[in-house]
Amino acid sequence: MMLDRTQRRDTVVPWKAGHDTRPASDPQQDKARRFRDAALPHLDDVYTLARYLLRNTGDAEDAVQECYLRALHHFNTFRGPAIKPWLFAILRNVCRGEFARRSGALHYDPPSDGEASGEDATPLWQEPQGSPETEILQQRNAETIRRLVADLPQPFREAIVLREINDLSYREIADVVGVPLGTVMSRLARARSLLRQAWVAEEGTTK
Amino acid sequence: MNCSEAEILLHALLDVELDAGNAREVEAHVANCARCAPQLRAYRQLRKAMPVVQLHFAAPESLRRRIEQALPVPRPRVANRRSVLKGFVMGAAVSTAMAASLVVAVFRTDQDQRVLGDIVSAHVRSLQADHLTDVRTSDQHTVKPWFNGKVDIAPPVVDLTAKGFMLLGGRLDYIDGQNVPSIVYRRRIHVINLFVMQGAASATREPTLQTMQGFNIQRWTARDLEFFAISDINAEELREFVEKFEAAQRPANET
Repeated sequence: MMLDRTQRRDTVVPWKAGHDTRPASDPQQDKARRFRDAALPHLDDVYTLARYLLRNTGDAEDAVQECYLRALHHFNTFRGPAIKPWLFAILRNVCRGEFARRSGALHYDPPSDGEASGEDATPLWQEPQGSPETEILQQRNAETIRRLVADLPQPFREAIVLREINDLSYREIADVVGVPLGTVMSRLARARSLLRQAWVAEEGTTK
Repeated sequence: MNCSEAEILLHALLDVELDAGNAREVEAHVANCARCAPQLRAYRQLRKAMPVVQLHFAAPESLRRRIEQALPVPRPRVANRRSVLKGFVMGAAVSTAMAASLVVAVFRTDQDQRVLGDIVSAHVRSLQADHLTDVRTSDQHTVKPWFNGKVDIAPPVVDLTAKGFMLLGGRLDYIDGQNVPSIVYRRRIHVINLFVMQGAASATREPTLQTMQGFNIQRWTARDLEFFAISDINAEELREFVEKFEAAQRPANET
């Protein structure tokens, strides 16, 4: 120091305190805040997916909470651009763990080979001979449709919820589910066919 | 293109996932195919019949709270007084007049930050446990008198339910060393706390938006009162809230 205290007091020093009035923000809290801003607006969407995947309110809530904790923990690795598919992918992993924890009776994900090509006959789906395509769909209330969607087998239910309800693109669905685009397309085709059949059958039972 | 390809691709067509060339190809096949044409119609119909909005579930508020609480607790970012003073000592050579004005500026900012910090904390606290409202009613004529004798201002209470902001009730909070009324509104599943404090000056100040710890805060001064509306809804909707609130004040004030 060239100047002693007294001299320094008489010297005009550029005012720098402006920089000091705010403490450097804590990186942990900064991360939490950014995460909050980015992820919390999607809570309803994540919860919706959890409800359809797990078909149970309590499990869905637990899975969503766990999903958000994991997402915060790994927020540093999030590279964008869209956070919603990223959250979905995490949720899906949480749900997978949840299914593993439950009894083995619940089969989460069928082997993807064998169902990738659309035309092979599969036990899960067969375009009915009488082709319900000509029937006019009756309007059903939302609760009925929720049930019809919830009753679809897992991979098809997932595909249709991601596409129709959560409005993801095929590419995003492929990334979330971790399957090729072609599989997304064939699953979606089958999902809609199953849903339509169920829809028509529902009318048969209630009308 | 054969039918088995088209059967899959017509969904991609519906979902606008095909490029122009492929879309034309699928359309051409479907137009001339007695098997695929009704399918495309059928799935178009299915999409139209899906009440997509109603198929969503709203996350329960308890879940939202649990998640918010599980996030690292936000601490009000109050200006560090010590660093302010350190800067002040260093800058002591600055003329006394300038220094004095800086002190005022610095400490006003300091107080502003403290008030905002208090408001954020009060808002977060209100979402925790079951302490959103002390008086729970959507009747504005019940909320307003409830504050009588509890605070030394008469906060304006208006029911904006018809405007999309439901009045939930009122609550007493402690901010910057005084009892402060909060009027609680709800937009969908988002809570808006409207804090009303004694305004320092009679000057009207236009609403300004600040963001603190992820919450949006609209702050404005009107009718000798200072208002702080805080919520996690987006800035646009919070601005709409302020507009609706102020619009509802006008007729009562002008007559």
